[in-house]
Amino acid sequence: MKNSHEKVEKNVGLFFLFTVFAISIGGLVEITPLFFQKETTTPVDNLKPYTALQMEGRDIYIREGCSNCHSQMIRPFRAETERYGHYSVAGESVWEHPFLWGSKRTGPDLARVGGRYSDDWHIAHLTDPRSVVPESNMPAYNWLNTNTLDGELIGKKLETFNFLTRNRSHKDENGNAIPLYTQAEIDGAKDAVKGKTEMSALVAYLQSLGHALK
Amino acid sequence: MSSFWNIWVWVLTLGSLVGCFLLLRMCLKNFAGVKEGESMGHTFDGIEELNNPLPKWWSTFFLLTIIWAFGYIALYGLGNWTGFLGWKSSNQGILNLAESKAKTLESLQKDSGVLVQYDREVAAADAKFGPIFEAYAARSIEDLATDGEALKVGQRLFIQNCAQCHGSDAHGTTGFPNLTDKDWLYGGTPEVIKESIMNGRIASGMMAWEGALGGDQGVKEVAAYVISLSGRSVDPELAKAGKAKFALCAGCHGPDGQGSLALGMPMGAPNLTDNVWLYGGSQRAIEESIRNGRAGVMPPWKDILGEEKVHLISAYVYSLSQD
Repeated sequence: MKNSHEKVEKNVGLFFLFTVFAISIGGLVEITPLFFQKETTTPVDNLKPYTALQMEGRDIYIREGCSNCHSQMIRPFRAETERYGHYSVAGESVWEHPFLWGSKRTGPDLARVGGRYSDDWHIAHLTDPRSVVPESNMPAYNWLNTNTLDGELIGKKLETFNFLTRNRSHKDENGNAIPLYTQAEIDGAKDAVKGKTEMSALVAYLQSLGHALK
Repeated sequence: MSSFWNIWVWVLTLGSLVGCFLLLRMCLKNFAGVKEGESMGHTFDGIEELNNPLPKWWSTFFLLTIIWAFGYIALYGLGNWTGFLGWKSSNQGILNLAESKAKTLESLQKDSGVLVQYDREVAAADAKFGPIFEAYAARSIEDLATDGEALKVGQRLFIQNCAQCHGSDAHGTTGFPNLTDKDWLYGGTPEVIKESIMNGRIASGMMAWEGALGGDQGVKEVAAYVISLSGRSVDPELAKAGKAKFALCAGCHGPDGQGSLALGMPMGAPNLTDNVWLYGGSQRAIEESIRNGRAGVMPPWKDILGEEKVHLISAYVYSLSQD
């Protein structure tokens, strides 16, 4: 027992292992069980898979870093639900890979922005935010109007999402999993998005947000 | 939570609390083989380590945090056990809105045994603000439009929910109507304003006319005629040719371009004679509208705000065009 702590203090590798063990306990208790619970892995009733165009829009949302300033997570406080709608629940996010909850709100939360504004508004706002909201400090994304999608990868993306959600999809009346996308949808995905502008994809994505619990 | 994960949470949590306590107890003992306050026999950069005990205040606070943890668990629960308060932040695990409402009703029952913080917070606010909104909802929009207090509430709601399109002064912008100019697309009576906000409006949509008008020349002619309707000077030859083609537009905008509202029709086709231009009044903007068409959309707010709040916003919007 005499001065045995010297072993840890003078051995970086051992000290590292003990540190990792100590700080992992919080995660093991608070996070790991959630991977295996019904209430965090069951999709809400109205959850719908993104269409091919919405899926492309989601990738543009990620590429442009929208989640750096916009969260998609309505917390269960009245002040938030008065403004944004019903608080977010786990079942709405079970098909999100990666989830886009964000952690910073320079701009407002977008978890239920779908249907709140017209397509025209989104286009005007993304092209030049200050044309509709003079006080806004959001950057303009006018190139989305001219960039077009080639749809080369969209089929693969949908297939990947089928794989990622294979244990968490809706079930039919016999309890069999319903994949998010049929083979026909995967095959037709390229034609569904090819030539469309990135703007139309992003607007389609934004308009799809939050309807699962409305 | 299945019993495995329940045990997992209990064992890890209690284990680490007990572990913390044992670690503290061990560190409070002198096991270095050196008397208290004497040198441990080594120096680093000229600084000598002495075998001092842990500061009393520090070890006492450490102990208190461990005791605090047990109190916290007793109140707020651990694993599947909800604790003596039965506290939850919100109803998670719901699969649809009906379930959410049912759970809320259940949690607000006196003997429910749970304390859902969000449900309590909303219920308390409803008890406070509910009667106020109810009293406003019982009064007519015309009446509210003369009540300064009600208008303030309406304005707040407007700025929160409507200003993104219509502007914080309700003057609108290109493509989003000005609500103060008495130039209405669907009507400016209290009932119609409320109807527009409740259920939204989808303009019947102006189609793209370039083809039907025989190309660019046709577009230019009709644009010239439309500009002339509000008394601006245009090339009379062009306007004359445009007038002949305007019959195509009259179905929605009326034979004299006075708009669908003047004809008592619900398609939201603007008045073209008053020099108010929703999509811009320059020759180029008007040509653009004719060439590619336009279709304004106002989303419905019934489900987002509820009728009582829409009633107040309607009163505010109605008041903007009264003087």
